Amino acid sequence: MKLHLKIWRQKGPTDQGQFENHTIDGIIPDMSFLEMMDVLNVKLASEGKQTIAFDHDCREGICGSCSMMINGRAHGPTRGTTCQTYMRNFRDGQTIVIEPWRAMAFPVMCDLVVDRSSFDRIQQAGGYVSVNVGGAPDGNSVPVSKVNADLAMDAAQCIGCGACVAACKNASAMLFVAAKVGHLGLLPQGEAEARDRVKKMVSRMDAEGFGNCTNHYECEAVCPKEISADFISKMNRDYLGATVFPKPM
Amino acid sequence: MKLDPRVPAGPLAEKWDRCKMEMKLVNPANKRKYHVIVVGTGLAGGACAASLAELGYQVSTFCYQDSPRRAHSIAAQGGINAAKNYRNDGDSVERLFLDTIKGGDYRARESNVYRLAQNSVNIIDQCVAQGVPFAREYGGQLDNRSFGGAQVSRTFYCRGQTGQQLLLGAYSSLNRQIEQGNVKSHPRHEMMDLVVVDGKAKGIIVRDSVTGQIERHSADAVVLASGGYGTVYFLSTNAMGCNVSATFRAYKRGALFANPCYTQIHPTCIPVNGDYQSKLTLMSESLRNDGRIWVPQKPGDNRPPASIPESERDYYLERKYPSYGNLAPRDISSRAAKEACDQGKGVGQTGRGVYLDFADAIGRLGQKTIAERYGNLFDMYAHITGENPYQSPMRIYPAVHYVMGGLWVDYRLMSNIPGLFVLGEANFSDHGANRLGASALMQGLADGYFTAPYTITDYLAGVKPGSSDVKATEFAQAESDVSQRLKKLQDVKGKHSSQAFHRELGKLVWEYCGMARTKEGLTKALGLIPELRERFWKEVSVPGSGAGMNQGLENAARVADFLEFAEVMCTDAITREESCGAHFREEYQTEEGEAQRNDAEYSFVSAWEYAGEGKAPIWNKEPLNPEFVKPSVRSYK
Repeated sequence: MKLHLKIWRQKGPTDQGQFENHTIDGIIPDMSFLEMMDVLNVKLASEGKQTIAFDHDCREGICGSCSMMINGRAHGPTRGTTCQTYMRNFRDGQTIVIEPWRAMAFPVMCDLVVDRSSFDRIQQAGGYVSVNVGGAPDGNSVPVSKVNADLAMDAAQCIGCGACVAACKNASAMLFVAAKVGHLGLLPQGEAEARDRVKKMVSRMDAEGFGNCTNHYECEAVCPKEISADFISKMNRDYLGATVFPKPM
Repeated sequence: MKLDPRVPAGPLAEKWDRCKMEMKLVNPANKRKYHVIVVGTGLAGGACAASLAELGYQVSTFCYQDSPRRAHSIAAQGGINAAKNYRNDGDSVERLFLDTIKGGDYRARESNVYRLAQNSVNIIDQCVAQGVPFAREYGGQLDNRSFGGAQVSRTFYCRGQTGQQLLLGAYSSLNRQIEQGNVKSHPRHEMMDLVVVDGKAKGIIVRDSVTGQIERHSADAVVLASGGYGTVYFLSTNAMGCNVSATFRAYKRGALFANPCYTQIHPTCIPVNGDYQSKLTLMSESLRNDGRIWVPQKPGDNRPPASIPESERDYYLERKYPSYGNLAPRDISSRAAKEACDQGKGVGQTGRGVYLDFADAIGRLGQKTIAERYGNLFDMYAHITGENPYQSPMRIYPAVHYVMGGLWVDYRLMSNIPGLFVLGEANFSDHGANRLGASALMQGLADGYFTAPYTITDYLAGVKPGSSDVKATEFAQAESDVSQRLKKLQDVKGKHSSQAFHRELGKLVWEYCGMARTKEGLTKALGLIPELRERFWKEVSVPGSGAGMNQGLENAARVADFLEFAEVMCTDAITREESCGAHFREEYQTEEGEAQRNDAEYSFVSAWEYAGEGKAPIWNKEPLNPEFVKPSVRSYK
């Protein structure tokens, strides 16, 4: 396959940046999108040109590092992460536009790499059960209904890639925060701090510059782990409850 | 060098309790005066950093990823072992200990393994309390599955994403400590060197991968939890960024590297497809609970799997190892797959693959149940290969997955450099010559939550807090070494990317130091590695500047370390003249083709000591002296 690539290049956070055109040949349909990027980088290095920076690590769709807007769609044309996008989903001779995530709360650091530390800070605000090591009761001492355990797991699958934010026209992080709040709130272990948690995490989310949700579900459509926007409704209910009734009734 | 493993005296079951009583404590008011550096934020590092901070110490964490949550522990799929005996199937601490010792082919230190089995029970409780969403049964109790090398069901799991959920648990504890100001997190920082002052580990040199700046960080103790070196093979199930640099730099500063030839080849991975590939993907061992492995009986039989009748299939694991069947340990299953392919019975275009078939299980349990158990793994397989595993069997082949070797540590997880602790996959301690499935998560968390916080406290109690100073000459020297090394890489200005050299090195070690090794092949490798290294330093191209983000430079520095480390690994493999666990020397096998140990001469840990540039490393040995389990022929028949 021969492909024409328009790739965003930006030297540093304060650089203005611009698109750069590359044409590459010999791409095999079974290659992953990142392996196609490797081919380009190996070529650039052999020409003595600086390689294109992009975040990637596990390349099996679980670490959440990879993050590319491919032809305007977060993680590209198929459901899943960028690393699990395969070249068989593109046409020979196609032009592919590759950009970093676009959101105020994810500033570009270099080329396709963005700063997602705002996600870490949201979780630092309250995304945990306050329990120290030592003295935990037996794992089976508190039964958890299978329905709740499965639902909590549905939410906990979030890999923190940020596609939800990149796809949202408001750059909202509601799906991400709702997944965290939903996971812990559905388990008895997380219930004691549930009211506090949702308020703290939402307030940190706002402070980091993420927008609000206007129910377009673009986030759900691109989420590589298919996390349901129902969790946003659940978080809104939890938030309302926690604000109106700060103490349990 | 005389190695003192500091194993406490007394019966196996009492050693850890005795050790805890012997160890010193630090007054709560004094704890905040101590500063500990933790490199790596996976299960071992994340758990250790959070636990130390909960105790009251000041902690700094460093990871090369953009967030602590992305460490490669996250990719572990199948589960975590614990001797809970919730199934009433005869499990106990004793049995988990015995399974692990036998699984490791009697090359692990008994005392460490017993402590691991004891601590396993607490890990599950701790993780449940953190809100880890383990799989549950309808009555609300924790569910279990089986893993290789065990005849009990002791593996706890979160669908096919157990590593991710356990890591998010540790990360949440870490976040709580960051919010409270007890932990300072440094993501996108890579450790470039260890600083040793007066023989003690006192700090590290790191490169900020955003600004390119080289920084000095001092501490009263340094913890390395930087993972394994499986990417020395280039193609592996490890993440692209996994590297040997942190542990190898410590080795060059005097820490001993133990058993580097014990590298685990996982039997169930998606086969290699072409030269362009950057990574191999694991299909969890848990699939072997319900999948059956087979090849056609006739070599060269290339009919589609559905057209091969039962009578013409060879379910070779069930045939050769009837009591463990498809759940035979990893080293044995991997070698059996290689053997079948070597006989020409391999499937797929390359002939390097075997079938993992779910037809029976789907017939018995229905597609819905199978999807509930392994849905995400089936999806992943379909995504990568473009084939539907619900309809036709998966094709799998062994791939490099985990390393049992690592920096040498004593019973208290301290290396031979006082103040340098090594946890998780980065150390060599608990798995002997072969690790059982679902035991890596167990070891990482046992080290991080339950062992290191005690043993590091004991060490700190004997150290004056805050005595380490980044202005010391040792820091200046180490910093200048790092800067010079990076500059040297950039000054080569050759024609080839570092990845090209990495691929070449990977092929070389896979060929000669992979699933089967010979003296002849290893001798050849030991000649070829220095040649390749020389070529690297003449021809590598690292464009761009040292300032700012430069991923090419990061990679080149890691590959440079692999090119030196590979020699230590092959030296270890050539000197261990026996077969044990994952280390299979073709010269040493039984008539049936099984690994043949030599307990009389090789029941020891090899610990390699850096002897200087261009010199062969010094071979130190720690005798294993098994006291409690008599090594026997490891039979899974």
